[in-house]
Amino acid sequence: MSVATADPPVLRRGLELPRAATLLRPGVILAGLVVAFFVVAAIAPALLSSGDPDKINLDAVLQPPAIDHVFGTDQSGRDLYTRVIYGARESLLIGFGATALAMVLAIALGGVAGLAGGVVDGVVNRGIEVLFAFPVLMLALLFVAVFGPSVRTEIIAVGISSAPGYARMIRGQVMAVRDSGYVEAARALGHPYGRVVGVHIFPNAMRPLVVVATLGVGQSIVWASGLAFLGLGVPPPSPEWGALLDAGRDYITKAWWLEVMPGLAIVLFALSLTTIGRWLQRRLEGGTAR
Amino acid sequence: MSAVKAKRALLRILGALLVIWAVATITFFVEAGLSGNRAEALLNQMAGTTRSVERTPAELAPINREYGFDKPLMTQYVEYIGGIARGDFGRSYLQHQSVLTIISRQVGPTIALTVSALVLAWLIMLTRIVVTARRGRFLTGFGSGVEIVSAGLPTYWLGVILLVIFAIDLQIFPVQGETSLVGLVLPAITLAIPLSGFLGQVTRDEFEKVLEQPFVVSARTRGMGDLAVRLRHVLRHAVLPAITLSGWALGALISGAVLVEAVFARPGVGNIIVSAAQSRDVPLVSGIVVLVAIVYVIANLLVDIAYTVVDPRLRST
Repeated sequence: MSVATADPPVLRRGLELPRAATLLRPGVILAGLVVAFFVVAAIAPALLSSGDPDKINLDAVLQPPAIDHVFGTDQSGRDLYTRVIYGARESLLIGFGATALAMVLAIALGGVAGLAGGVVDGVVNRGIEVLFAFPVLMLALLFVAVFGPSVRTEIIAVGISSAPGYARMIRGQVMAVRDSGYVEAARALGHPYGRVVGVHIFPNAMRPLVVVATLGVGQSIVWASGLAFLGLGVPPPSPEWGALLDAGRDYITKAWWLEVMPGLAIVLFALSLTTIGRWLQRRLEGGTAR
Repeated sequence: MSAVKAKRALLRILGALLVIWAVATITFFVEAGLSGNRAEALLNQMAGTTRSVERTPAELAPINREYGFDKPLMTQYVEYIGGIARGDFGRSYLQHQSVLTIISRQVGPTIALTVSALVLAWLIMLTRIVVTARRGRFLTGFGSGVEIVSAGLPTYWLGVILLVIFAIDLQIFPVQGETSLVGLVLPAITLAIPLSGFLGQVTRDEFEKVLEQPFVVSARTRGMGDLAVRLRHVLRHAVLPAITLSGWALGALISGAVLVEAVFARPGVGNIIVSAAQSRDVPLVSGIVVLVAIVYVIANLLVDIAYTVVDPRLRST
């Protein structure tokens, strides 16, 4: 896959940096196109497919991928490509929603711990450890059992369980920035504490977050559709990617495309975000190094 | 063992107990505090309706008494924590058996799956790193590319593809529901590949850093071959972060096992918890969640110990 080969190993230093940057370009552009494609699909699906995602055609049931149905058709003869395009909105909503929730929680926890230090830091840090002990799917299954399956349950469960990783990172960032020279200088100049936090500590500590958030959206979609694959997410009539996977499970021995194609959309989207995230990371790190 | 070390070990164990207590507490309050009228939900469940039917107090009273829902919340909480301390993780609403009994029947296949996947992931990861790290642009790029892609592959998708190719098309492996050793091959590979990518990304960074260390140069000047240097000197240093991450990745491994068991229709704990969540058998789900958390915490304690074995520097400090 070209997305993959274009990605050089991480941690390039010094002189190697420019070559890495040029090597990366085609992969990043491709990844950007993939992400743009799915974002357009989420906003205006009709631009990318002229069909109707719910149109049943009993003359073309379970057709394998071919020219008139590039992703094949399902058990009711609905065009799978059109369904994947129309499913993008809900899938992306879940991915962005879960990541946004995780970020809010993580900034609150990690920010407080990093700024306060001492006992508060100890307590919050223990709390983060406790959250880590709930694996993503375990927490999601608990929430589904208690609240019943829904998009909201999915977003909340995936968001909460990805929060501790981000929180730990933000805590480290805030601590590093808090003790840096320019913050000390700003405080020595007598700027009020709130201003120092808002102008210096916060923006600088949040910088690496852009990268993790990019990676996080893809991961959230992967987990949420896993939940749907188990029959505990968005229920099947919906073309949400996980729901498509769930619907295709019964036909796996005779219609592989019903599982493979929606999965391909998830993988392409997640990998593209990873590629962009890594590229951003290198850009940002390069910026600080020089 | 010195007094300082004994004290540190004790603190570590106390910390682990604290985490387990907190997990149980959160689980209890999610279960009891947030799920509305539990007696009503339970009655509906027994009647087999998925709709929520209103029940009269007279109908609810015996249920409340039997499950202790009429007691004050704090009393229920103390009893719940006390139960967990004694190894009682609650009773399933639907199967009328203790959570431990239900799990113990099917825990074997899940342990076999996760352990073999973890071992396999390490083997794949180490082979790939030793062969491809710092081996010229093409091979290095290929190795890390494979890592990135495999780390991003969802287990359920990978499982479906392997299933379609090797079981349905080529018919090399049994399709589904097989618990024999042959039936373990595809599920274990499915679970191992993403994990190997995840562990590999970290190990590769470390491996490349260690390759530049003075002791590596010195080993080379003594005339040691490249492969021997990589295996005997570099690897030992480079695996440290991956050991820590293996404990951490256990969560992902367990989540992955749930999905893999679903793809291959294998019996196991994942199978139990998914059907329990589907039928909203809350005590069974929460019992498994607490048990998984305990396994996770213990595994991470063991990782700490493994760390001092691999890295003797930590023993003296």
